Amino acid sequence: MKNQWQILIVDDEAAMRESLAAWLQEDGYLVDTAASGREGIAKAAEKDYVVYCVDLKMPPGIDGIETMTEIRKLHPDAAVLIITAYATVDTAITAMKEGAVDYLVKPCNPREISVVMERLIRVKTIERENQVLRHKLTGQYAFQNIVSRNARMLSLLELVRNVAGYRSTVLIRGESGTGKELFARALHQCGDRAGGPFVAVSCAALTETLLESELFGYEKGAFTGAQERHKGKFELADGGTLLLDEMGDISSKLQADLLRVLQERRFFRVGGSAEVGIDVRVIAATHVDLEAAIREGRFRQDLFYRLNVIEIHVPPLRERLEDVPLLARHFIEQLSLELGKEVAGISDAALRVLIAHDWPGNVRQLENAIERAIVNSREGVLSEADFAFLTGPSSAEADALSPGSMTLEEIERRTIAATLRKTQGNVKEAASVLGIDRSTLYEKLKRYDIANPHRPS
Amino acid sequence: MLSPLLYTAPDDAVEATVLDVLEVGLSAAFGLSVQRLSRSRPPEGAWNARRGQYDASERLQAVGGFVPADPARVLGVTSRDIFLPGLSFVFGQAQLEGRAALLSLARLQQEFYGFPCDTLLLMKRACTEAVHELGHTFGLVHCRDPRCVMSLSTTVNQVDAKLPEFCGSCRILLHESTGMATLSSEPSRDEEEHP
Repeated sequence: MKNQWQILIVDDEAAMRESLAAWLQEDGYLVDTAASGREGIAKAAEKDYVVYCVDLKMPPGIDGIETMTEIRKLHPDAAVLIITAYATVDTAITAMKEGAVDYLVKPCNPREISVVMERLIRVKTIERENQVLRHKLTGQYAFQNIVSRNARMLSLLELVRNVAGYRSTVLIRGESGTGKELFARALHQCGDRAGGPFVAVSCAALTETLLESELFGYEKGAFTGAQERHKGKFELADGGTLLLDEMGDISSKLQADLLRVLQERRFFRVGGSAEVGIDVRVIAATHVDLEAAIREGRFRQDLFYRLNVIEIHVPPLRERLEDVPLLARHFIEQLSLELGKEVAGISDAALRVLIAHDWPGNVRQLENAIERAIVNSREGVLSEADFAFLTGPSSAEADALSPGSMTLEEIERRTIAATLRKTQGNVKEAASVLGIDRSTLYEKLKRYDIANPHRPS
Repeated sequence: MLSPLLYTAPDDAVEATVLDVLEVGLSAAFGLSVQRLSRSRPPEGAWNARRGQYDASERLQAVGGFVPADPARVLGVTSRDIFLPGLSFVFGQAQLEGRAALLSLARLQQEFYGFPCDTLLLMKRACTEAVHELGHTFGLVHCRDPRCVMSLSTTVNQVDAKLPEFCGSCRILLHESTGMATLSSEPSRDEEEHP
């Protein structure tokens, strides 16, 4: 085990260098030596040693502290052990302040050096193991919060890594809840714009006029209520990334405006006469079948080509069911912390229920289901019973969890109806599940004209 | 007969009885016959007046000069306290996969720590550390098993906790490193033929 580690001894005294090397070799380490700070730095430039034993006083030329500083420039995590015959409190403090991991005074007790070396190497071993595990984790499972081991998803993440550094427009496609925004954030984080702003705007949430002023900003007096100049999302994202989410349904006027911005990287604020230049990477996301929208004349073909420079198609959860257990555990870990409820895991039977489900609302729906199960669970491990709401007769309930293109009122109506079915008409329990009081629930039942399926009308 | 492949090179102050026992112990541990070279004075250059100790690396170099032309190992035995530059003292020193090793009896003696002389204990410690240092010349490094003779000891307590023999894995490594050394725990061909 020890033989994989190589130690570098930097000391101008040959006898010191050789005896220390001999001692450490008897301990089973591979040892390399350097007769000066310069030689030590040159050797460190060629390879990273597990521990650098550096003599503090090495006249003439570079002393131990300078040698250590240079080595740490090459390898910021380098473990440098300072050894000196000239020990003073000041030199010890300086060495430790400059980043030495330990400090030995010559002549040192032979046990001391063996123990210190073993300790440093144990720490280094743990650090490297940790690094490898992290690398594996980021490489396979949790890249920028995207949890997957599905081959298609992993190749998409590879694509994200490859294109993150470019300004090219990216079109992210996929059903609602598949994690399109996470991909957009990953593109932003992995590229050289990571230091700039990431601005997301949901185009579906706003009317045409509002969206126009949201995107491009407005000048003072542009319309009633515009009391001062307001920066739009494009300007706010200057130097960074702008995500235009759910942009498949925007009006033809806005499509034309967007096309112009993408082509010229300039635009006018609403009510403004001066052009504003911007440096923004645009990422568009949609669940809409844009090709069909083009055929039907609802979407501009030239805008589609402008947006679709790089396409990322995020697969729905039902096409990557192998990710369900991984995601479930990920959400349990995350949500149990957020909700302050100790849930340690999930039973195999419960996982089978989750895998058998077709998840029309995708990862977002799975997250919601896990949250609901955690809230309602009375055990430390989520069981099959905690997910009974997924397997009940209410397919409408699943619909209620996947908003799609429904209005907020429709979602609320369906959710209330589904919850009542689940509680077998028990209004008190349904109100508790929904997190509202009974009178509010009665009011909503009346407003949405929902009949209690388990009560005679 | 065993080939005479191990030599001891005592300095002028080492007691003959300690050497006698040491040689028996080495012969048993390595399965080699041991020959004693003539006594010599420590080299002048190895003395460090400021530290009041002998430089182990200088002494080791001198011991190396005694090795005959055959593939033998030689163990220098001294009653003087020795050090390595950078270290306050060592019990012994060896050339890893080399041919020379050095053993100091100074800190293995009870008198060094203010206790009455205990020759039997000294003999046991000397055997243990001599086997340890010669083990290095056969390429063995420090062993994690505290009972194995190759485990690192920097105190006499650690020496006393060791057995003067190799653990199973060090024995295998010793076998692999050289066909020269037969093992003490296995009966030699001579012993089998002449029980």
